[in-house]
Amino acid sequence: MSKPTFVYVTYIASTPEKVFKALTDKEATAKFWFGNAATSDWKVGSPIQFHREGKLILQGKILENDPPRRLSYTFHSMHEPHNGKEPPSRVVMELEKQKDQVKLVVTHDDFIEGSKVFESISNGWPLVLSSLKSYVELNRAVLHAPWYEQKDAAAS
Amino acid sequence: MDLVFKALADASRRELLDRLRADNGQTLNELCVRLDMTRQAVSKHLGILEEANLIAAVKQGREKLHYLNPVPIHDIAERWIGKFERQRLQALSELKKGLEEKS
Repeated sequence: MSKPTFVYVTYIASTPEKVFKALTDKEATAKFWFGNAATSDWKVGSPIQFHREGKLILQGKILENDPPRRLSYTFHSMHEPHNGKEPPSRVVMELEKQKDQVKLVVTHDDFIEGSKVFESISNGWPLVLSSLKSYVELNRAVLHAPWYEQKDAAAS
Repeated sequence: MDLVFKALADASRRELLDRLRADNGQTLNELCVRLDMTRQAVSKHLGILEEANLIAAVKQGREKLHYLNPVPIHDIAERWIGKFERQRLQALSELKKGLEEKS
């Protein structure tokens, strides 16, 4: 096994069950993941898809589903500018109860050499995790994704 | 948030973060190379950074790998940098970088 490429850690004042539900719920993901709604039957081997405004952004396959401790899927970026050209990478989410909070560890690896998706990811995860924390703790996803805003501003 | 600022208020610890930024997922031994610090000092600094959640440590076999965790720094930025300031700040930052490279 190669060493993980990224490891992100955030602490959320909640229970593993609630955080796990947010990560695997269509409405919840749409709220904290800047409009990206996740759909899957969450069974190991099943497909997972993220749609934003009707467009397929991300797809993959469920590798592990052990609620509320561990969730893993392949990560195949389908949106601009990657458009599915790179092979899928892998995301693992681990949740650990620590007193009155949850330690959420996201590792992302299996990128190809010189991956362009890798560059996008390094900006993306801290924002997604901050938003998830706000959503679960305060029931509001307060953040905006600058990469969508720039695109939206250019389009208008 | 106090822990994050305290951890960042030290040049040696910022240097350790810089080194992880350049090459993520290093062991204590790797981090000690070409550093003007004792192994004990590096280990202590890593502990403080880990406590502040600026570093995530992952065990792999017998080794412990250290990763830069930018999430707390991002939380700080989100607190004081508004939605509309971001692009202007980015433009200023790029201008500064461009001018400094030329001189």
